[in-house]
Amino acid sequence: MASPSTRGAAIDLKSVSKHYGSFIALDKVSLHIEPGEFMTLLGPSGSGKTTTLNVIAGFTEVSSGSLDVGGKSVIGVPAHKRNIGLVFQHYALFPHMTVSRNVAYPLTLRGIANPDREGRVRKALDMVKMADFGHRFPSELSGGQQQRVALARAIVFDPPLLLMDEPLGALDKKLREWLQLEIKRIHRELGTTFVYVTHDQEEALVLSDRIAVFNQGRIEQIGTGRQLYDEPETLFVGKFVGDSTILRGAASTSGNETAIDVAGRKVAAAKRLGDGAKPVMLLRPEKLSLARRGKGGQDRNTLPGRIGEAIYLGSGSKYEVVLADTSKAIVRSTLDAETFAIGDEVDLVFAGSDVKLLADDENADFTLT
Amino acid sequence: MATRAIDSRNTVSAVAADDRRRWFRGQAFWLVAPALLLLVICLGLPLAIVTLRSFSEPQWGWQNYAWFFGTPVNLTVLQRTFAISAWVTLVCLIAGYPYAYVMTAVGPKMRLVLILCVLVPFWVSGVVRTLAWVILLQDSGVINSVIRAVGLSPVKLIRTQTGVVIGMAQVLLPFMILPLYSVMKTIDLRLMQAARSLGASPARAFAQVYLPLSLPGVYAGAIIVFILALGFYITPALLGGPRSTMLSTLIQNQVLSLLNWGRGGAMGVVLLIATFVLLALAAPLSRQPHKTGSRR
Repeated sequence: MASPSTRGAAIDLKSVSKHYGSFIALDKVSLHIEPGEFMTLLGPSGSGKTTTLNVIAGFTEVSSGSLDVGGKSVIGVPAHKRNIGLVFQHYALFPHMTVSRNVAYPLTLRGIANPDREGRVRKALDMVKMADFGHRFPSELSGGQQQRVALARAIVFDPPLLLMDEPLGALDKKLREWLQLEIKRIHRELGTTFVYVTHDQEEALVLSDRIAVFNQGRIEQIGTGRQLYDEPETLFVGKFVGDSTILRGAASTSGNETAIDVAGRKVAAAKRLGDGAKPVMLLRPEKLSLARRGKGGQDRNTLPGRIGEAIYLGSGSKYEVVLADTSKAIVRSTLDAETFAIGDEVDLVFAGSDVKLLADDENADFTLT
Repeated sequence: MATRAIDSRNTVSAVAADDRRRWFRGQAFWLVAPALLLLVICLGLPLAIVTLRSFSEPQWGWQNYAWFFGTPVNLTVLQRTFAISAWVTLVCLIAGYPYAYVMTAVGPKMRLVLILCVLVPFWVSGVVRTLAWVILLQDSGVINSVIRAVGLSPVKLIRTQTGVVIGMAQVLLPFMILPLYSVMKTIDLRLMQAARSLGASPARAFAQVYLPLSLPGVYAGAIIVFILALGFYITPALLGGPRSTMLSTLIQNQVLSLLNWGRGGAMGVVLLIATFVLLALAAPLSRQPHKTGSRR
């Protein structure tokens, strides 16, 4: 057996586009995935992430661009000759076959006979902790069990690449969190390249080495979860990954500094945008703190507001603060911090260095379905 | 945890179903009574009389059955009846399977058109349709005119077994397509995608995934068509000749022409029993293995 580092395939999408009539599903998407990497394609529905997955799987022909898997172009290669594992949101287990026969199916297709086949089926079922269920039919399993069998079926033939299309989307939260850890463990043990599609940004952060954020058929940013959260390059990424507070207002620049007027208070950041871009400012909830009105000091980086919503989370509290210009700020505080009630007049306090200056983008709004 | 939630839901629905069943035990009889009455008067009673007369005319005993099995022509016709029915079933399956598949794959508008194409012949009387086939199939008919026009020698279709099979298959096709469609529309086409991703060519994905899942529809359609074909009368009578006579024609001959109710009845009973035997043999095939699974 090859060592983990050589078992995964590299994937190279260069300027891949897909048009359906006048609708552009993918607009010049370029993405390089390292061998053995866990790459998540993250975005709202209709953003192009599933189209990208189908292009790699071979179910969707590209309109233009190139696609290499393991260093070879696979444009025009039919899906069944690509040797890529695929896990669907709807499990897609064959209802007329037992669990064992489902998992053995790709091996049978490859002409692998017993006892080798039996051994590999058992190993794959062991890996997903379903070894005792081989004789069952899929209709006798719960959703989580079916998805684990589907995962075993997708890895049993040792594909160098595993694609997963919202595999946990139909499961409840506790089960989802547990299976996330299982998937992470299996990725570590196999060393296969994983490409994972989800619209759940928390799931993306838990699982991925790197995340590609999709919006309207384009990739907005590729990076580690930390990079996307701490240094979002676009307003969409800032809003989609994690909670955020967006400050808008009349902008002015002096030297290398940009300032925004939020209802009479100036908020400054030590950065300038290119010409033509309308600046907005983004703040993460942990970088904000609250003080009773007048106790937050009078430096430039305080904004007056009123508590609109207070949510107790166990590990701390989350507040929604209504600012003077009626925009809303999200603040997360730790357990030992001072608590506030709905209606309290407060000052929003933050450090100037935590303000992210971004270009405004009317396409940054999204709906989750 | 999730499993337990599902289990408890099952228990609740099981209790509700139990309550319903208890209520039904008291009331249900009156709901089925009209249909039951109709069946008894229009089917059960005549059947009993026919069976009785097959033993009682001209006198009590097995003589009508002895005559049936002792006359070679009868056995030839019985055998032919089964052979023609088998051919009709096969033709319906070959024509109906792809048609039913296309019905599941097209959009709702096209599906409506396809369903109408299946159903419209239902609304035209069987006699009219069969007479139309006479016009098409006869020696100077449309089909042979076309064959002659392209320079080939004409084919004998009318009053042959081939003609009977063609005509019967056309009439019985809806009974194959509708059960096939009702099963095929429940097959998740994404399973084919899954099979492709695992390395199956489109042909193998069809043979190993789609076909097995569609088999209950195949069995249901085949049984309905075969049994209806066994008792077919008008179409074989009008399209067939002496060498393609089916049992129903012989029965008609005995009962209406020779007024021999005993022999006609015996033939009917033989056909009925043969049909039941066949049904009993086919029943295990149409059971869906994955529905019962290992819980059996």
